[in-house]
Amino acid sequence: MSKISIKNLDLYYSDFKALKNVNLEIEANKITAFIGPSGCGKSTLLKSINRMNDLVEGCRIEGSIELDGQNIFKGMDVNLLRKRVGMVFQKPNPFPMSIYDNIAYGPRTHGVHSKSKLDDIVEKSLRNAAIWDECKDRLKTSALGMSGGQQQRLCIARALAVEPEVLLMDEPTSALDPISTSKIEDLAMELKKDYTIVMVTHNMQQAVRVSDNTAFFLLGEVVEYNDTEKLFSIPSDKRTEDYITGRFG
Amino acid sequence: MSNKMTIKDKFNTYLKHPGSFVVFLLVMLAAVITFAVLIFLIVYILVNGLPHITPSLFSLEYSSENASVVPALINTVIMTLLSLIIAIPFGIFSAIFLVEYAGKGNKFVEVIRLTTETLSGIPSIVYGLFGMLFFVNTLGWGFSLLAGAFTLSIMILPLIMRTTEEALKAVPDSYREGSFGLGAGKLRTVFRIVLPSAIPGILAGIILAIGRIVGETAALIYTAGTVAQVPTSVFGSGRTLAVHMYNLSSEGLYMDQAYATAVILLVLVVGINALSSVIARKLTKA
Repeated sequence: MSKISIKNLDLYYSDFKALKNVNLEIEANKITAFIGPSGCGKSTLLKSINRMNDLVEGCRIEGSIELDGQNIFKGMDVNLLRKRVGMVFQKPNPFPMSIYDNIAYGPRTHGVHSKSKLDDIVEKSLRNAAIWDECKDRLKTSALGMSGGQQQRLCIARALAVEPEVLLMDEPTSALDPISTSKIEDLAMELKKDYTIVMVTHNMQQAVRVSDNTAFFLLGEVVEYNDTEKLFSIPSDKRTEDYITGRFG
Repeated sequence: MSNKMTIKDKFNTYLKHPGSFVVFLLVMLAAVITFAVLIFLIVYILVNGLPHITPSLFSLEYSSENASVVPALINTVIMTLLSLIIAIPFGIFSAIFLVEYAGKGNKFVEVIRLTTETLSGIPSIVYGLFGMLFFVNTLGWGFSLLAGAFTLSIMILPLIMRTTEEALKAVPDSYREGSFGLGAGKLRTVFRIVLPSAIPGILAGIILAIGRIVGETAALIYTAGTVAQVPTSVFGSGRTLAVHMYNLSSEGLYMDQAYATAVILLVLVVGINALSSVIARKLTKA
C-alpha cells in the first residue's frame, strides 16, 4: 500500500511546463530519493506534496496527488495537510526565537497550550532528532546561536513536533559540512521506522546510502523509478545510466 | 613583526600617489565639517540656554513672568502619544497589506505607494492649513490637541508605513515558508513570525515619527493653537514645546527662555532616541 500516489501530474509556472505527466507511488516507512540535475523539477514535485507551491504565483497543477487515498487538492484543508506532511528546507531556517519556542510553535499552532504537554513534546522531538543532549541546557536561548548542522536538526525536530506522517526533505544537507551531513543521514534512516520520508538530493552517494527507492528526474519527467540498488546497479534507461555514471549533470 | 601600517608608511604611500592624498584630505574634511557643525550647534544652544534654565522655568503654571515650559512639555507628550495611537495601527496594517496580502502587480498597491510618496513630500504648513479647514472648522473641533494629533498623524503615516514596509520586506521568506510548512495559516504566520522579526525596523520608523512630532510647529499652530496651558480635555487648545519655543522667540521678549527651551527640546529628543534604542535591543534579544 503506497502512502502517497501521484497520478498524471502536470505542473505549470505560468507558461512553463515544469512537470510532465508524473506518476509515482511512494511507499510508507521508506526513504524515497529524488535525484536529477538542477531544474529538472524534483524540488517542484516535492513542494507539491504539501502544497507549498500554492505560495508561488502563477503555479497551476493538473492531475492528482493522493495521501492515503485522499486527493490533497480537493476537499483537504491545506494547513491540516501540512501538519500531516512536514517539510525540512534546503537551508536551515529556525525562527528567530528560543530553541524551545521554535519546537513549540507547531504544536501551539495546532492548539496545544498546556505547559507540561509542550515540555513533553519539545523533549520528545529533540530526542527524536538526536539533538536533545546538545541543547537541553539552553532551551531558552536563541536558536540562531546554534551551528548550521544543529539548526538543521532543530528544524527536523520542529517538523516532528506536529506529529506528521510524511517528512519531505529538500536537499537537507546541501548547506552542511560532512559530519553534520552524516548525522542527518543517520537520523533519516532512524526516522523511517515511524515516518515516510521523501528526500530531494543532489548527491548520488547520499541517495545510495540512505534511500530505499529512487526516482530519476530529467526535464520535468520521471525517467526511471525503482529500488535504489537496482536503479544504481542496472539502470534500465540509457539516460539514467549516463547521469549516474557522471556523463552529464 | 606587525602588519600594521605606521604613519610613516602611510605618508610614503601618499607621496607616491598625490591624487589619492587629495581625495583622502577631502573626505576627511567633509567628515570633520559635518561633525563640527553638529558640535557647534549643540554648544551654541547649550551656552546660550543653560544659564537660563532656572527653577521658575519649571513652574507648574505658565505666566508671562516665568515663561514656564512645563505645560508645553506635558502637551508634547500628550500630542506625541495621541498622534502615534492614531497613526501606528493604520501605518502598520497598511504595510502588512502591501507586503503580505496584496499580490504582485496589484494596481491598488501602486496607487497606495504613489499616494504615500506624495503625502510625504507635502510641506507641513499645507498639512496645517488642511487640518485647520477640515478638523478645526468643518468638523468643528476648534483649535484642539485632537485636531493637532489627527493632522500630525496624517503627516507621519507615510513615514511609519514605508519603514514598516521595508522592515517586513527584510524578513527572510524562509521564515514564512517554515511557518506555512508547519501548517500555520497566514494570520498566525504574519503576527507570530513576520511582525516580531520586523519590530526593530518598525521602531526605527516610529522614532523618526516621534522626532517629527516633537519638532513640528507649522502644522500645529493652525490646528492645536498656541494656548500655554495643559487643556482639560483633548478638545482644548495647547502648545507643544516646539510651538512654545517659536512663540517665545517670535515675541522677541523671551530670547533667553527660548534658548533654555531649546536645550530642553534637545535633551528630550536625545533621550527619546536613547530610550528607543534600548527598547529595540531588548526586543530583538527576546
